[in-house]
Amino acid sequence: MRTLTATTGRILRQLRHDKRTVGLLVVVPSLLLTLLFYMFKDSGPLFDRLALTMLGIFPFLVMFLITSIAMLRERTTGTLERLLTTPLRKTDLLFGYGIAFGLAATVQASVVSAVAYLFLDLDTKGSPGFVILIAAANAVLGVALGLLASAFAKTEFQAVQFMPVVVLPQILLCGLFVARESMAGWLQAISDVLPLTYSVEALSEVGKFADPTSTMWRDLAIVGGAVIVALIAAASTLRRRTP
Amino acid sequence: MENTAIEVKDLVVKRGKRTVLDRFNCSVPAGTVTGLLGPSGSGKTTLMRAIVGVQIVASGTVTVLGKAAGDAALRRELGYLTQAPSVYADLTVRENARYFASLYGLDSSTADSAVSDVGLADAATQLVGDLSGGQRARASLACAIVSQPKILILDEPTVGQDPVLRDELWARFRKFAEDGATLLVSSHVMDEANRCDRLLLIREGKLIADDTPAAVKAAAGTEDLDQAFLNLIRAGEKK
Repeated sequence: MRTLTATTGRILRQLRHDKRTVGLLVVVPSLLLTLLFYMFKDSGPLFDRLALTMLGIFPFLVMFLITSIAMLRERTTGTLERLLTTPLRKTDLLFGYGIAFGLAATVQASVVSAVAYLFLDLDTKGSPGFVILIAAANAVLGVALGLLASAFAKTEFQAVQFMPVVVLPQILLCGLFVARESMAGWLQAISDVLPLTYSVEALSEVGKFADPTSTMWRDLAIVGGAVIVALIAAASTLRRRTP
Repeated sequence: MENTAIEVKDLVVKRGKRTVLDRFNCSVPAGTVTGLLGPSGSGKTTLMRAIVGVQIVASGTVTVLGKAAGDAALRRELGYLTQAPSVYADLTVRENARYFASLYGLDSSTADSAVSDVGLADAATQLVGDLSGGQRARASLACAIVSQPKILILDEPTVGQDPVLRDELWARFRKFAEDGATLLVSSHVMDEANRCDRLLLIREGKLIADDTPAAVKAAAGTEDLDQAFLNLIRAGEKK
């Protein structure tokens, strides 16, 4: 527990020293959402649906990228090898990243949601609190997949290429561009096994219903399960002994 | 025979197709400063990594304090300084030391004294990324010694350091050994070898000498360690 807290604190301290990253994290999603608002200003409820989905996609996308680079840096600078010679457990490191970046993403989601609800007339039947909760879960999903993906990258160039491999298909098939019901059967089958599909569905439930639905809770549980699976897989890629 | 802290038996390490260490044997007595000397590419770092327990070995055994290298219980007893500084560039010196201290359950005052021990007290609040190469190496050293380990494996700890600092660091290493720690220090600077209790000379993955500096010089028939190294290699090639 102590080493987990120390690791989470260390990652947050690294983030704090990088003021430009913090600035980008907080400001960029709000700017993009504002852009979306003006694009779909006259299209009625379409903006609500798009904005809600984007609130889920931003933290997922950004945290995936940040985490895979951060973890790659741990590997290339030798800090990972050093950490593995100390009493730190592998799960402390992975959960440390999950918690630290999850917290950062919650701040990000809160700011974007505040902008969306207060200035961009975003309207959902359900509570903004659930939107932030699902966005945070998405961020942790991005962290978990980023930790896993970084094991397969040797350089930063490779690490960023995993974004289109891991993240883009999930965005394309989550129901944002084409409703899932109208997809070909095999596309739907792929969509069914991608975790982002469920968080986007959970967000649309918040948009449609005043109270949290059982579908929303089930979707959140699926995202949580995907996080656990990805973290366990990532832990198995952390080898104490290397060639 | 005195207490042995590190025992390496018939160690074989392959990296890719190359055999880096081929049936390598050596032992390091407890409470001493042992110098590991040899040219770049001779297998020094690989040997150190095997002792720390992060190197995949093909065969042979490495025993540290009576346990197999890499044993979980050894993680509290061992400090490892990698050749390239492995500290977080986006944290200050103090934050780095305090983080590594916290992994051993040690408080921030212990971390701060490790920072002073390596002569970085004045730079404690600077980001590691803003430091000079030598300072960065010392920040990394502070994180290796912070837990006051029984075994210290230091891969080229004095490279690029100012002569005065180098002298201070060696005095510090000596002090650790007097307090009961066992140090294995690699270097390719021969004049540092005179400060060690014992020397391991290694070349192309083979041990060519394992003795006190005085005995190595006597065996090679010269007072100059550089020349001694050369003589021993040539003597070995004639056999």
